[in-house]
Amino acid sequence: MSHKVVTTVNGRRYEHEVEPRLLLVHHLRDNLGLTGTHIGCDTTQCGACTILLDGQAVKSCNLFAVQAEGRSLTTIEGMAKDGQLHPIQQAFWDEHGLQCGYCTPGFIMAAAYLLAENPNPTEDDIRRGFEGNLCRCTGYVNIIKAVQTAARTMGGAEAKPATQAAERRA
Amino acid sequence: MIPAAFEYARASSVEEASSLLNRFGEGAKVLAGGHSLVPLMRLRLAQPKALVDINGIKDLDYVKADGSRLRIGALTRHVTIQRSKVVRDNLPILAEVAGEIGDNQVRNLGTIGGVVAYADAAGDYPTIALMLDADIVTNQRTIPAEDFFQDLFTTPLAPDEIVTEVVFPVASGPHKYIKFRRRLFDWAIVGAAAQKLNGGWRIGLTNVGPTPVRAKAVEDALQKGAKPEEAAEHASDGLEPADDLRANPEYKKHLARVLTRRAIQQAE
Ligand SMILES: Cc1cc2nc3c(=O)[nH]c(=O)nc-3n(C[C@H](O)[C@H](O)[C@H](O)COP(=O)(O)OP(=O)(O)OC[C@H]3O[C@@H](n4cnc5c(N)ncnc54)[C@H](O)[C@@H]3O)c2cc1C
Ligand code: FES
Ligand code: FES
Repeated sequence: MSHKVVTTVNGRRYEHEVEPRLLLVHHLRDNLGLTGTHIGCDTTQCGACTILLDGQAVKSCNLFAVQAEGRSLTTIEGMAKDGQLHPIQQAFWDEHGLQCGYCTPGFIMAAAYLLAENPNPTEDDIRRGFEGNLCRCTGYVNIIKAVQTAARTMGGAEAKPATQAAERRA
Repeated sequence: MIPAAFEYARASSVEEASSLLNRFGEGAKVLAGGHSLVPLMRLRLAQPKALVDINGIKDLDYVKADGSRLRIGALTRHVTIQRSKVVRDNLPILAEVAGEIGDNQVRNLGTIGGVVAYADAAGDYPTIALMLDADIVTNQRTIPAEDFFQDLFTTPLAPDEIVTEVVFPVASGPHKYIKFRRRLFDWAIVGAAAQKLNGGWRIGLTNVGPTPVRAKAVEDALQKGAKPEEAAEHASDGLEPADDLRANPEYKKHLARVLTRRAIQQAE
């Protein structure tokens, strides 16, 4: 039996009939065409599918679409505004916080949650905040730098200018 | 993979959840945080006929200090337990354990009732519940933790029985939980917990058998005045840990002794 789900995704209302077994990540990608949210595993471990559900980071591969009924979601497509990258996206660009980019949408959404909870994270806070996100390319160093830079540009008071790139730009 | 088809219904009260479980009959399951159930369904290791979603039962999501007891609603998320001042004041070890479960995304949805009902040998809360003589409260009865964790993934819960609350004693004295794992978000290879309670020690172990273990031999040795390093040698007495992908039995027994010693020594 199909169920009606009404969600607000990146500020826009969507209404669909879905089967209960449809995973939220498939709903986003296949029904809503929002393919920025990636799928990297079958075991809820990689974090590539991370989105914000009412502001909280969750793995969208571990929820059924029916569970998103009435909820407000933000995906990577909702980050840039008016053709301007979100400061976190800009920082990933500037700090070279990605290589193949497969994990990147998940990292950016996890970073958005992390910085909303803690605008001035230490390196350790950032590493712990990314427990649930795996990257097979970068070795994480530039991802950490990107979050430090984003914290600074987003106005976290004491976030340090941690990187060479930031110093070069300054 | 895509999970097998199932029927789905939302419950807005425990009574409704229980009657939905009865209506769907055999093969229906409760859906709480979904962080054990959904991965199993994606691998088709679980194929429930129906899911009764209890996430809308808001009055199962609470933390309450009640005299010498700390009552936690079954639907309370790990993140809430991790950050709760009431938990930090009344049973700080539980907040610390919650903060070590999975990762941010897992903690934002996973629930204490789900961990307890699922009864994975590597679940962290069951160890604390067992060693502190917590009670598991359901819509039908109250079950002491000692009788609840019967075997791997095996509890006395009836098909239409719903865990509503876990009740711990208040214990704010010296405590430590050490979870040994290869990566931060991993389950414990072995975990060891030490908590001072009413002048004695309570010692618990995670993932060294099909159920959580209370290391009574260690507790007794400490009671008789043994030093932590002496008492901890008893941590592996009688253990028969399973060989799994993470470690072999000998290594787990070694970890049980070493981590128990460290947990007692580092308890504060
Ligand atoms: C990457 C990852 C890492 C993890 N690491 C850890 C870890 O280190 N330690 C740890 O303890 N856990 C870990 N978990 C598991 C996590 O804590 C789960 O949240 C938990 O095991 C199950 O709780 P849930 O609310 O998600 O339950 P669900 O997955 O919804 O349910 C689990 C089972 O319990 C039943 N159930 C749930 N709630 C109730 C209830 N109130 N009454 C009766 N039956 C119920 C369900 O029917 C199902 O059979 C991890 C999970 C992931 C994905
Ligand atoms: S796809 Fe890997 S955690 Fe969701
Ligand atoms: S950039 Fe390739 S996986 Fe992270």
